[in-house]
Amino acid sequence: MTYASTLRDNVASVAVRAVNRLSRLTGRGSGTVAGGRVGMRIAPDLLSSLTRGRTVVLVSGTNGKTTTTSMIVAGWGGHVTTNETGSNMPAGHVAALVESSSSHVVLEVDEAWLADALGTTAPHVVVLLNLSRDQLDRANEVRQMAERWRKALGAVNNPELSVVANANDPLVVYAAEVAAKVVWCDVPTTWIADAVSCPRCTLAISHVGTAWHCTCGFARPTNITTTLGRDLVIGDEPVSLDLSMPGEFNRSNAAVALSALRCVGADLREAVVRINAVQSVVGRFSVRHWNGHTMQLLLAKNPSGFAAMLFTLPDGPSDVWVAINAQIADGRDPSWLYDVPFEMLRGHRVYCFGERRLDLATRLDYAQVEYVVVDDISSVPRASATVPLLANYTAFSEWLARSDA
Amino acid sequence: MITICVLFPDLLGTYGDGGNALVLAERARRRGIDVSLTTAQLSDDVPDADLYLLGGGEDGPQRLAADLLRRSSFPSRVEDGAYVVAVCAGLQILGNTFAVEGDDEFAGLALVDVVTSRGERRSVGDLAVRVNGQLLVGFENHGGRTRLNGGVHPLGTVVLGRGNDGRLDGYRAKNIWATYAHGPVLALNPWLADEVLATVVGHELQPLFTAADRLYLERSKVLSL
Repeated sequence: MTYASTLRDNVASVAVRAVNRLSRLTGRGSGTVAGGRVGMRIAPDLLSSLTRGRTVVLVSGTNGKTTTTSMIVAGWGGHVTTNETGSNMPAGHVAALVESSSSHVVLEVDEAWLADALGTTAPHVVVLLNLSRDQLDRANEVRQMAERWRKALGAVNNPELSVVANANDPLVVYAAEVAAKVVWCDVPTTWIADAVSCPRCTLAISHVGTAWHCTCGFARPTNITTTLGRDLVIGDEPVSLDLSMPGEFNRSNAAVALSALRCVGADLREAVVRINAVQSVVGRFSVRHWNGHTMQLLLAKNPSGFAAMLFTLPDGPSDVWVAINAQIADGRDPSWLYDVPFEMLRGHRVYCFGERRLDLATRLDYAQVEYVVVDDISSVPRASATVPLLANYTAFSEWLARSDA
Repeated sequence: MITICVLFPDLLGTYGDGGNALVLAERARRRGIDVSLTTAQLSDDVPDADLYLLGGGEDGPQRLAADLLRRSSFPSRVEDGAYVVAVCAGLQILGNTFAVEGDDEFAGLALVDVVTSRGERRSVGDLAVRVNGQLLVGFENHGGRTRLNGGVHPLGTVVLGRGNDGRLDGYRAKNIWATYAHGPVLALNPWLADEVLATVVGHELQPLFTAADRLYLERSKVLSL
């Protein structure tokens, strides 16, 4: 069954599938973008027609998009349409939607495309995780992103829409507060460096514990329905969260995912069991083998993500591998390395990999962290235990491809 | 003993600019020079220091930083000879006026006779600048076009990227270094870090070999091709 209703949409959908298969067969790509582009050229409204009549959940934010998307998919259960390869712009959305006709759809959306997706996909739920500095060469300014989200959400005329938003991130609150129906989530959020000055008036925001407010009146919402402390409570219902994946941030992602599932009427007791069982998401947190080494792959793309991941590491002394690239998908400017609290790695020995390993080594040197620049990856001595490998986007993909399960 | 103060990192610190303070303090420490590193927060008055660091920031915060600094003791301290390293938004704030969202002539501190208007397009990418006999390497991301009025010397001439206007980058006054190479420009250019440090301490420095030397050679090679 297809939801593409007109002949033009049908032709476009067939073209999307054909081009993507060709792209996969010829090894030119992962087969999610080229076809989508062709399809949208044939039928510019393809996204609207492909989502019509389906229950759509959109997930956006700087960190945790892919993991949260995949938790919602797992928690919902049964067959769910999703862009699991992380192609999170319109072409990737089109590709996911033509490949599967399930009436349940969860799409990860690039922050810069959220406004667009709100208009084209008529979502039932929009999940807003967090906003912090990331790829500033591409997105320029994080506050501008909050402003764009706010404008887009303010313009939505859809009484069905629920916005599930992180109440502890002032930039997210600024964007979400204009929506008619907001489910506020109190989930641990450690990175507030990008919201020290008020998004409404630019004066200083006072943070006391998780509470925060500005003298202009902008403040943390009080009508919170999801609370994650030691236990998770959604509405008045306790939910027994016990994740297989590590990290406080993943507990936050799961709390938000479950709050979104409540909005679409899923049974939370069943959903949480399925979410607890998720071991890894597109290689993230997976234990891999390569050249006699055993590594746990950890994706860390920006200062807040890196900081969160560094907190999951055991105390030294042990080896840590870090791989840094600066390709377009990573952001071409690795200045952000100076916003990562690498001082936390004192006592560890850090092996520096990737195209920008010298930028990393310099950062570590100034942080007084022991480092080894790895020019020849086959030369690394074998560690006796599983070594954590933190990598940014394209470096992560390289290591995932290079290693075995 | 020298004192280095990072000004309003909450407002001006979008691109890892805090790295510059870390680099100066660490390069001094390894040579046995005592450094006191301080930070002026939004609610603080600007403390006394030998060297001030100004970073980059977004429109709203840049406007607020300019207002706070104008009302503080900072301008008179600079006029009395305190040193300043300013990057990106910091470079614009020290000038007469700059352009931000909603105002094309927002008042700066007028410590240097330069004017920044809105550029035709945003300048985002690698930046390489010839500074006397040295190459400065970095990354720029800004929407400004900065004009140096009579008597103001540029920091250097652009080899790659845009800088002030496609031809010149930054400015160099008696006690000020300013460049559009944002973020940890002193981490990428150890020679510039040492030039600043030597000037502030008032004597030549012992040579120091760090990981940054290899990084600098690599980036110089990549960017001067």
